[in-house]
This record gives sequence, structure tokens and C-alpha cells, in this order.
Amino acid sequence: MRSNRAMGVVLPNLPRRRFVQGLAAGGVIAGLGLGGMPARASQAQGTAFGTAPVLRGTEFDLVIAETPVNFTGKPGMATTINGMLPGPTLRWREGDTVTIRVTNRLPEPTSIHWHGIILPFQMDGVPGISFSGIAPGETFTYRFKVQQSGSYWYHSHSGFQEMTGLYGGIVIDPAGEDRVRADRDYTVLLSDWTDEDPMRVLTKLKIQGDYYNYNQPTVVDFFRDVSREGWTSAMNKRQMWNQMRMNPTDLADLSGATLTYLMNGVTPAGNWTGLFSPGQTVRLRFINGAGNTFYDVRVPGLKMKVVQVDGQDIEPVSVDEFRFGPGETCDVVVSPTDEAHTVFAQTMDRTGYARGTLAVRQGVQAPVPAVDKAEWLTMADMMGDMGGMSGMSGMSGMSGMSGMDHGGMAMAHSQHGAMPGNAANSLKVPSKKARHARTEYGPSTDMHVDMARTNLDDPGIGLRNNGRRVLVLQDMHTIGGPMDARSPQREVELHLTGNMERYAWSLDGVEFGKSTPVHFRYGERLRVILHNDTMMTHPMHMHGMWSELEAPDGTFLARRHTIPVQPAQRISFLVTADALGRWAWHCHLMLHMDAGMFREVIVA
Amino acid sequence: MTTHKHVKTALAVALALVSISAASAQESTATYDTMAPSSGADTQPAARGSMQGMDHGSMQGMDQGSMQGMDHGSMQGMDQGSMQGMDHGSMQGMDHGAMQGMDQGSMQGMDHGSMQGMDQGSMQGMDQGSMQGMDQGSMQGMDHGSMQGMDHGSMQGMDHGSMQMQGGSAPPDARDPNAYSGGYQLGVGKYALSNTRQLMMADEHNFGSFLIDRLEWVRGPNSNAASYEAQAWYGSTYNKVVLKAEGDVKKGRLEEARTELLWGHAITTFWDTQLGIRNDVGSGRPARNWAAFGVQGLAPYWFNIQATAYVGNSGRTALRLSTEYELLLTQRLILQPRVEANLYGKNDPVLEIGSGLSSASVGLRLRYEFSRQFAPYIGVERYQTFGNTANMIRADGGRSGETRFVAGLRVWY
Repeated sequence: MRSNRAMGVVLPNLPRRRFVQGLAAGGVIAGLGLGGMPARASQAQGTAFGTAPVLRGTEFDLVIAETPVNFTGKPGMATTINGMLPGPTLRWREGDTVTIRVTNRLPEPTSIHWHGIILPFQMDGVPGISFSGIAPGETFTYRFKVQQSGSYWYHSHSGFQEMTGLYGGIVIDPAGEDRVRADRDYTVLLSDWTDEDPMRVLTKLKIQGDYYNYNQPTVVDFFRDVSREGWTSAMNKRQMWNQMRMNPTDLADLSGATLTYLMNGVTPAGNWTGLFSPGQTVRLRFINGAGNTFYDVRVPGLKMKVVQVDGQDIEPVSVDEFRFGPGETCDVVVSPTDEAHTVFAQTMDRTGYARGTLAVRQGVQAPVPAVDKAEWLTMADMMGDMGGMSGMSGMSGMSGMSGMDHGGMAMAHSQHGAMPGNAANSLKVPSKKARHARTEYGPSTDMHVDMARTNLDDPGIGLRNNGRRVLVLQDMHTIGGPMDARSPQREVELHLTGNMERYAWSLDGVEFGKSTPVHFRYGERLRVILHNDTMMTHPMHMHGMWSELEAPDGTFLARRHTIPVQPAQRISFLVTADALGRWAWHCHLMLHMDAGMFREVIVA
Repeated sequence: MTTHKHVKTALAVALALVSISAASAQESTATYDTMAPSSGADTQPAARGSMQGMDHGSMQGMDQGSMQGMDHGSMQGMDQGSMQGMDHGSMQGMDHGAMQGMDQGSMQGMDHGSMQGMDQGSMQGMDQGSMQGMDQGSMQGMDHGSMQGMDHGSMQGMDHGSMQMQGGSAPPDARDPNAYSGGYQLGVGKYALSNTRQLMMADEHNFGSFLIDRLEWVRGPNSNAASYEAQAWYGSTYNKVVLKAEGDVKKGRLEEARTELLWGHAITTFWDTQLGIRNDVGSGRPARNWAAFGVQGLAPYWFNIQATAYVGNSGRTALRLSTEYELLLTQRLILQPRVEANLYGKNDPVLEIGSGLSSASVGLRLRYEFSRQFAPYIGVERYQTFGNTANMIRADGGRSGETRFVAGLRVWY
């Protein structure tokens, strides 16, 4: 039980408060550290406290090293770029050829992956797939032509270095005029930090999957529900979860129990501040560079005009809030009305938040809202359309089941009849029938969803009916339409699978090490279907090629590099396989990726 | 797998375990899929089905005849889902949808074959009478109410296949996970970096853990001892080396100790089989060595269960069952009911062990998790010997049972 005060969580003592809020002056201790050399770059626009410096030009030197940091009162070591966390923001121009020399001063191999950037696979920076990695003491030179514009980011693809600080923003100015106009332009990179060794974190989860979940159903909750709703309702609410050995509060693997949430490398107490002058508009380039955290972002009191997602301009849409997962980016334009506005990014599991301020001068602050109450996952999150058909808003076990009618089932049966088989002409619309792999019936999975939901109008757990206008996938319409007008020639269906009890994550029930690559024929246009057989949201990132999200009726929505797939959801996108080589494709939750929710793609 | 916690309901305090009532020694060739679809509460087929639902593997290892006598009602609280998976017919009164959603697979997937190699005959030697003395009623108290509250009618029209959300076996037309590979291999071949795969993720990494579930001081009329129970493992997600240890130390001497070295193999979502050896020692006691086979896992409603059958020298056989449940009073204050039962195939007078149900304990421990890995506790436990064992102990001037207070520490790394 947790009451949500201003701090968001119950903070029993001062050290805990400091832990969640972080040190006000937390961050890199050694300043520029060893060998930081922003030599060829000019420090751009009046960067506010905590904002990484911007490096411009076509030649860049990045030095990766260990740097002491202190975010929580406990000193630790981070992996940094040019001594900074986040690393410098790289500002490129569309059409330029950029050269980036990356020097490794770590005692272990490293790498940098340019997330969302279209480039030759040898430059993609995934050790073991695109190159051999950068050995200690070595310098690797990346060189590629910049063929796109927008907000992106870069990060290590080696081990857990991304979780320990190796990330930074990329801003690419369009060759022509920028469609988006704003007086101020800030990169807002959200991330998370743990004082623990990430490998130890993974080990703990292997031993106890709910190790970091301190929001579990308790006896106190039960009797509260009994007194509010009655015995039967309280029992029903829990029945199926307990039968299935699934946890309705399994919203995030890591929580505020180990994470400190950062905005541009600054703790909530540190309060990253972006300055503006009254009357100015501000573009915020939000990047989710967290290892394991979905953020729900808003600027209370202001509408956010979403102008770009994953670096691609979309038809502007005005919202109060958006959710994004690790790997995704989202550009918004706001028009501040007061002297100060809080930029508030609470985590999906509601155990903390990253926070900063837009202000007319340093030191001005606005109220920080309370973290919302964590909700239980619903029937729809577990069962997809079947849960939805029951019309139950909550998880109501048996009564929910009995509430299902035969009509709903009949519909499902007719779907069964219609979809399979008649392949060629049905490819206009993504298939709906779940085709589970035979490897999904073993110990690697803990559930399958037979009738997934395809609704792209769902903001997801914790954001439904919260009184705010929340960005959803179906709001996203990339300007200019799809990059390739062809219809897909075939479908590739992959299921997102896992077993929370064993903390195993996979695709089709098969972890990376036991998998075979997914082959795309060079030049083909194909449809990928991701079907989520788990109760967590997975941001699925395909390297090297765009993922063109489509609606359930097959109409184009948005060009993405990272597609969030909600629990029990089935999402489809089209890919033009125009990038020869081997590529990575994985869940961007670091621990899921490392546990094996990862495939190699070969385009040949 | 041992540390999961969840709330079931307040009823869950009425934890109960296996009630084994051995019945006729008749030979039985029935298996679960040949059972009559009878819902008669007292028919043998129904009873057999329900037991198989609990722990298929280990039960198969027992004499099937004796399973016929298993108390049907008493098992319902254990694992409805798997029971459903075993015998639809006998469970028709229950909610199909909910049941299908449970854990058929975990049970169906159990390795029947490996247990059948056990000595069935020796199991027949179990003491029927003492087993009946087990607490049947407590299991019946588990869950009947809520099951009756389920909606039978509306579910019968459901498509069972589509409701099956856990376990099960792959349908014949299930997708081939390698179907999209185009014949390419992971990390080798065209565009690959070398002739051997370079990239390894944590799915090919070994992990390990060492849990001291109980490290406690025990105080009772007959006891003033220290007791421990630990479990360590090392290995991958699906194959592990497992070390189990349990024992008592009294007056500085190891009174008795059970140590097992097992290969743990994941067979279903929540269940592992365990195969290996067990060694019992104790000061002034002859050692006993056993071959061990069992299962460990998580039953529906979050019951942690271990069930292991043993075959020793001189035709000795044994069965050890334990279950734990974790009731979260708050996020850190956890009440843990725990039940353990030991059964033996024949008398071992030197060790004062009698055939049949030899001993059982029911404990309740209340711990506070300062962290997940460090939790002191206090508790109370009832230890009871039964049948021949109790007779031998009484003949020797001892007490057949006692209530103990415990205080200890649960830690893991």
C-alpha cells in the first residue's frame, strides 16, 4: 500500500528520499574527465545546467572511459563519452558525410550504435553482428552519409554499458528548411541510473523475478477491496492472476527501488532547467535513453504539440501527455505561459519520476505533481480482445469470464475462418489469427494470447481515462506517407514471449542463442507482425531499416525505428528490405534484450 | 522459484497440503486420459485424476493403486488447472475457462517415463492408515467456496482452445520458429564476421544463487536445537545443478542432515524436474544414501512445492513433500505457512523411522524483509510423527510430537 504524496512514493527515511530524488548536484564528479576533447566542436546555444554540450560539424572525436559519478550519495563508476553523462549531443546536417572517431579507454571492448540512423551495416555498431567492437585502447572510425533528419540518439551496444551511462543525443538538421519552428531547442534525454552492477541486477531477477516490485498485492489491499467492493468482487479480482501465477502489478522489472531517474543526466532534485524568454516557443526533443524505463511525459499546464516521432515529422497533434519506451524519441513544441513549467516524466510503474523545469531564469520552479497511483493490469492486458469483450475494466476473474458471451466467441470463430489460407489478397490487411510457434509451449513462456487486441487507440495501462489527452499510436501520421508504395509480398510473424517467473525473455519462445536469423529478401517489401504474448510493453527496435507502422486495416500510420507493443497486442508494420547485411532486432529494454529477446536479421 | 510471494486470499492462511489416503492395493493400469468422465466425488477415477493434477511426475512414481485412494476434495485446492488438464470430465462442474487458463501444460509436460522406473512395489508398502490420518479437511477448506461461485453455464460454450493461455502442447499446425531463416545460420555465413558466431547474450550465461531459507533456533519441550534448510543452484535458465541441504544441530553435534545433489531441468513454465542423489548423516546414526527424483515448482495460487521420491539401499524408499506459501501482509512483512511430510516405504528401526507417513510438520513463520535478501523471522511449528515411527519413538520413551517456537533468518545471495 502506498499513498501518493508529493514525493510520489512513501519515503520512510531521509536516505531513501535522497535516493529517489537523487543528489541535487549529482552526476559526473570529475568534470571532463580523461581525454575529453570537444576540440573540433563549438559549444552551441546557451546550454543550461546539465545539458550536454552540442558538437557540430562533420568530424567528431569521442572518447569512452570510466568516470566516477554520484547520483544518490553512493559513489559509483559510469561509462561516459568525453567524460560526460549523457555524452555530447551530436548535431549533423542531412546530406553530410560524418566521420566519428571513437576511442576506447575502458578495460573492456565497447561500441557505439547510431540508433535509428540509416547506414551501411558495417557502421551500425553492434559488436558481433556489424563489426568486432572497439577493443581497449583502440580507435574505430565510423564514416557514413547522413540521409535523414530529425532527433535520434546513440548508445553503446556492448554489455550493459548503456545502462551505466554510455548514451547521447543526435540532432540532424534537414538539408532544406526545418518544418518545425521554435525559438528554443532543447534535447531532453531521459535515462535511468542504478548504483548496482547491471549484471547483478539481472542475476537478482533471475533468482526472483519480482525482486524490485514493492507494489505487490497485499492482504491490506485485499481487505480494503473487501470493504469497498465486497468479498466476491475482491476475490474475483484476484482469482485469475493467482491461478495463472501472474502479477497484476508487474509493470516494470526495475523500479525506484534501484533506479534513479535522470533528465539530461540530472536527478529530480538537481532539476535540469531549460531557459526561455517570455513569449518564446520551445522545442523539446525527448529521447528515451533509459535502460529499462517507460516514461509518461507531460508539462502540466501546457499542451504539447507533437511534431516528430522517432526523427520523422508527423502531422502535428496536440496532447497533454505521451508515453515512450527506451529507444523511442518524441519531439514536441510548447508555448510557455508562466515563468516556470515543470517537465514531468513519471515512470510507467509509478515508483518515481524524472523532472526538469522550463524557466525564464535559473532557480525558478513550478510545482511538481504527485506521481499517479499505480493501476493493476487489466483483463485486456492479459487476454487481448477476449478481455475487452467482457467489458470489464478491471481484472475480475471468474465473473469477467462469465460475462463473456457467445456472440463474441462466434466472431472470433468467423475470424478464424476468414483469415488463414487465402494469403495473397488478404495481405492488404494484416492477419489477425495468432499463429503461435511450436516453441511457445515450453518453459520459456508463461502465457499465450490467442486473440490479441490490435487497438492503436490505447494509451496503455495507467493512462486510460486519466482525464488527459494522451498520445496514442493511431495519432501518428508521418508527413509524406510511406517510403515505399508497394503492398507487402508476405508476412513475417514473431511473438514476443517471456516467463517472468524464470525471468526469461525471447521471441517465439526461443532465446537469441538458440535462434536462427530472420531473412529478408533484398529489395522486398514485407509485413512484420509483432504479437505480444506477455504482460509487459516491449519497445521493439529493428536496426538498419524503417518500421512503417500500419493500422489494423492496413493504412499507413507512421515511420518508426522503435515500435512499442503493449501486452496482448498485435501490431504490424511494413519494411522495405533495402539494406544488405546483418542487423540486430530486439526489445530495447536492456535486460530483455540481454536475456535473449533478440534476433539477427539478414538482408540478402 | 522459491521466493515468490503473492496474496491469494485471507483464506490462504488455511494452508493445507497433500492428503494422501492410500486405498486398495489393487493393480491399476489406468492413466489420466482413460479416466471415466465421472464427477462423482468418491469414485476412484476422479480421485486419481485430482492427484495427478498435483504432481504428476512424482505421483506416477508412486504406486498407482495407492493413488486411487487419494482424497479428491483435498486436492482441489492444489492445482485446479492441472487437474483440468488431466481430466476434463471429472472437473466439469468447474469453470472451464478459468481452468484452461491455468497450468495444464505444467503437468502434462511432466516426465512420466522417468518416474515409472521407480519401485512401485515399495510404495505399496506405505502405511495406509497413517496417511489417512493426514488432514484431508484442511484442503477442502481451501477453495470450494470460490469455485462454487464460478459460472459453469456460460463457459461451456467457450472455445476451450482459445482460452488456453498457459501451457498446453503445440498444435500440429504450430508455426516453425525457423521458418523465416531462409536457411541462414546465426552469426555465420554471408555478411557474418567470421566462421563462428561472435555474439553471446545472457541467455547463454550461467547464473547462481544460494538461499538459506531457514537458519533458526528451535525451542520445544524436546528440542533446543539449531536447524537449517538451504538450497543453492548454478546453471542456465533451463538446466541447473541444485544442492539442497537440511539438518539439525543439537549441543554442537549434527543430529541429522539431509543433503541432495540434483540436476534440475525445466520442463514447463513453472516446474522443474530434479534428478540426483541424497545423503543422510547424523552423529551416531548410520548413513543412508538414496537416488532421488522429484519436481519443484510453483502451483497455481503461488504455492511453492517440492516433491521428491527416493530409492535407497536394501529396498528402502521414501517420499518427501513440502510446500510453502507467502502471504504478503505488507510489502515487507510476510507470513509464510509451510508444510512438510516424510513418508517411507519400510521400517528403518535403527533410525526410528517407520513405514508409511513418518513425520510431518506445519509451520507458520512471520518475517520482515529488510531487503529481499535479508529477513529475520519468528514462528511456530507443530512437528508430529505418525504410525510406526510414532510407536517406535514412544516405545523408546520419547514423544510423538511437539509444538516448537522458532526464530531465525532467511537470507540469500
